[in-house]
Amino acid sequence: MSVEIDTSAFTEEAYELLSELEDSLLELEESPGDQELIGRVFRAMHTIKGSGAMFGFDAVAEFTHEVETVFDMARNGTISVTKELINLTLAARDQIRAILDAAGGGSPANEENAQRIIAGLRGLVPGAGGGAAGGAAAAKGKGKKPVVEAGPHSYRIRVKPHADIFANGTNPILLLNELREMGESRIIALTDDLPDIGALDPEQCYLSWEVFLTTEKDENAIQDVFIFVDDECDVNVRLLDREENLSTDAEPKKLGQILVERGDIDQEDLEEALQPLGDRLVDAGVVGKDQIRAALTEQQLVQEKREKKKKAEAATSVRVPSDKLDNLVDLVGELVTVQARLNQTSASVGDHDLQLISEEVERLTAELRDNTMSIRMLAIGTTFNKFKRLVRDLSLELGKKIEMTTEGAETELDKTVIDQLNDPLVHIIRNSIDHGVENPKDRLAAGKPEEGLIHLAAVHSGASVLISVADDGKGLDPQFLKRKAIEKGILPPDVELTDKEAYQLIFGAGFSTAEKITNVSGRGVGMDVVRKSIDALRGQIDVQSELGKGTTITLKLPLTLAIIEGLLVEIAHDFFVLPLAAVEECVELSRDRVANAHGRHVINVRDEIVPYIRIRDRFGIEGESPEIEQIVISEVDDKRVGFVVDRVIGQHQTVIKNLGKNFEHSEEFSGATILGDGTVALILDLQKMVRFVQHEEAEENSGGE
Amino acid sequence: MAGGTRITETTQYLTFMLHKEVFAVDISKIREVLEFTSVTKVPRTPQFMCGVINLRGSVVPVVDMRLKFNLEASEKTVNTCIIIVEITHDDGEVTVMGALADSVQEVMELEPSQIEDPPKIGTRLRSDFLMGVGKHNDRFIMLLDIDRIFSPEELSTIQAAA
Repeated sequence: MSVEIDTSAFTEEAYELLSELEDSLLELEESPGDQELIGRVFRAMHTIKGSGAMFGFDAVAEFTHEVETVFDMARNGTISVTKELINLTLAARDQIRAILDAAGGGSPANEENAQRIIAGLRGLVPGAGGGAAGGAAAAKGKGKKPVVEAGPHSYRIRVKPHADIFANGTNPILLLNELREMGESRIIALTDDLPDIGALDPEQCYLSWEVFLTTEKDENAIQDVFIFVDDECDVNVRLLDREENLSTDAEPKKLGQILVERGDIDQEDLEEALQPLGDRLVDAGVVGKDQIRAALTEQQLVQEKREKKKKAEAATSVRVPSDKLDNLVDLVGELVTVQARLNQTSASVGDHDLQLISEEVERLTAELRDNTMSIRMLAIGTTFNKFKRLVRDLSLELGKKIEMTTEGAETELDKTVIDQLNDPLVHIIRNSIDHGVENPKDRLAAGKPEEGLIHLAAVHSGASVLISVADDGKGLDPQFLKRKAIEKGILPPDVELTDKEAYQLIFGAGFSTAEKITNVSGRGVGMDVVRKSIDALRGQIDVQSELGKGTTITLKLPLTLAIIEGLLVEIAHDFFVLPLAAVEECVELSRDRVANAHGRHVINVRDEIVPYIRIRDRFGIEGESPEIEQIVISEVDDKRVGFVVDRVIGQHQTVIKNLGKNFEHSEEFSGATILGDGTVALILDLQKMVRFVQHEEAEENSGGE
Repeated sequence: MAGGTRITETTQYLTFMLHKEVFAVDISKIREVLEFTSVTKVPRTPQFMCGVINLRGSVVPVVDMRLKFNLEASEKTVNTCIIIVEITHDDGEVTVMGALADSVQEVMELEPSQIEDPPKIGTRLRSDFLMGVGKHNDRFIMLLDIDRIFSPEELSTIQAAA
């Protein structure tokens, strides 16, 4: 049994390495000369091979060994990194995955495929197959561009304004402030040039500054700050944290060394003054006090940064099976429920001490809940990376040139949401590639660059996350969509649609605008799946499109599925919860207002007509409604809809419980929750309810005529 | 399928009353018996779906057995109880459900010789709901096939709002 556990640890690690391998390969495709990337690919394969052999995955080890051999040559420059090599290595990566899947009980890996890949790789080796021999020299010729490591860098910026800078109305403080906003900064004023007070001309600038700035921005951005004072100010920007300064084993630089490097003194001055350094240097008049101070700060800064780097290396992560986390979330959910009970009880008992304790527990519970939820949060970046491969392969297949850019990869989402987001995103991106972005020929004809663009972005917005897929393709044609829908009998011929409503048609089952069915799309299932999965995640879909310019599909998703903020309402003696995220306001509905509306279910809210649904009637709840009812106005599918209830009780921390199989047809409820007194309240799915009512009314109207 | 799984072993049963008749369920299916508590009705579901209750933090659906068997509804009494059962679905998934009964009686042992196949007619119950009919002290005991009665196909028929 213990062997079982061990191999699962290996496969888990191997899958991770494979996805890392894929990322590196795709990056390598963009900058084929990058030695560091080649090294990363090589290391990933080497580890897979090594641990594969250790855990008895001989097939994996053998196959990987072949690939590794070829890549080793790429590493020492014998062969060059060509598109062919990358294609083959990507195929090899898929093959390794297939072998692993087979070992895990999947269908057996295709042996011929493996032979073909190995043959192809061997063909790239100069001695064996020839062919690529010429490429080697070319690769070497390309040289290795120094790669500036991503992440914040420290710069030293020397700012020396000319004496007459004030004459033009320039305030250097504003410039310094601008620098300060770019990141973490330290500013040292060099005041050595200040004359005695008698000789001081208040309209002249005697000061200069040294700024130590740690920022994500690059040197150009820093230079841009001084763009308007270019000829009134001497500016010198230098990157401080070269790799050698930060590598943890190197000794921190000595003050003297720094001064020499900065050009403030030369080596001789340094040696002369070396023993009791600081003061002597000043006394000798070689450097000013301020320069020493600046140099000291510089030294400190580099040291601090090194410490930070050390810390980041030390901060490790723990791998935990996700079902353990699920258990934890369940427990926290129960704690929240019990806490609500404690709150209610302590309020009714009226004991002051008990209330204090209850409040303390409430605070702790809220913190515990937030913490637990944050453990489940994952950055969406890994999902984004998967799509890079998809875009690459698909565009090759379809003969289109497409670049994919991403933004907000660090945006965090609940793990379950991310897991369930994969399929819908795949469908949307496939759709964009196939239907959205045109062929290079058509693009050039339309005056667009040959290469199409797909932009994936994720951003937080309140309690939701917005994920958008934008392409610069041909856009959606609302008229065409409408015609198609009428042709297929989905819509009656005389229907009136706004553009927005027309766009929503693409999410209908069996609706496809493709003229012919391709391997990629056209069967009219894809976008239908998107709608279903996003509904299941309680998300919303928004489509924006401009004919000829492109389409943007935005998914609005809740941050988490387990606990939501809800609005507790009462009808007769039944309690319901409405998701608070959708609620906009509550207004009163009196009987005479209903009477004046001539049986129509609409209300005038600040000169806007808002339709409403009477939940009491809808659910057939018996009994008389109160004199004044409440309408909870919510935004559903971009429209304002009211829901009539007897009483609004208030905000409620809602732990969502599944209603289970027996109620899976009760689509108007997305789940249930347990209230403070132990009874169960149902959570309404407003979106489904509105669609239901729309559907029913449409049928009634057409049936009545 | 009805009565297809012949009972070949001596098994313990929990008996309960519905409209003065004795019914029984295999005890291995039963998790616990609760007093009647407040049930939250789920709108737009069949009459026999009582609603859902809070069972120590999880939401459990409850079926009114009288209404399910087309018997007349009755007032709740002190004896009214909810029998919590574990249902095994065709796909092997286990769910927990509650069955509302007039009262629970006892746990008894029945040998295969005491059990007969369910008659095709005359029981006023659908024969596929029964696993057999037991005889005990000159009384008939309806042995229920609880997995069948509580299968999603049986329960999830939606009814339009009244």
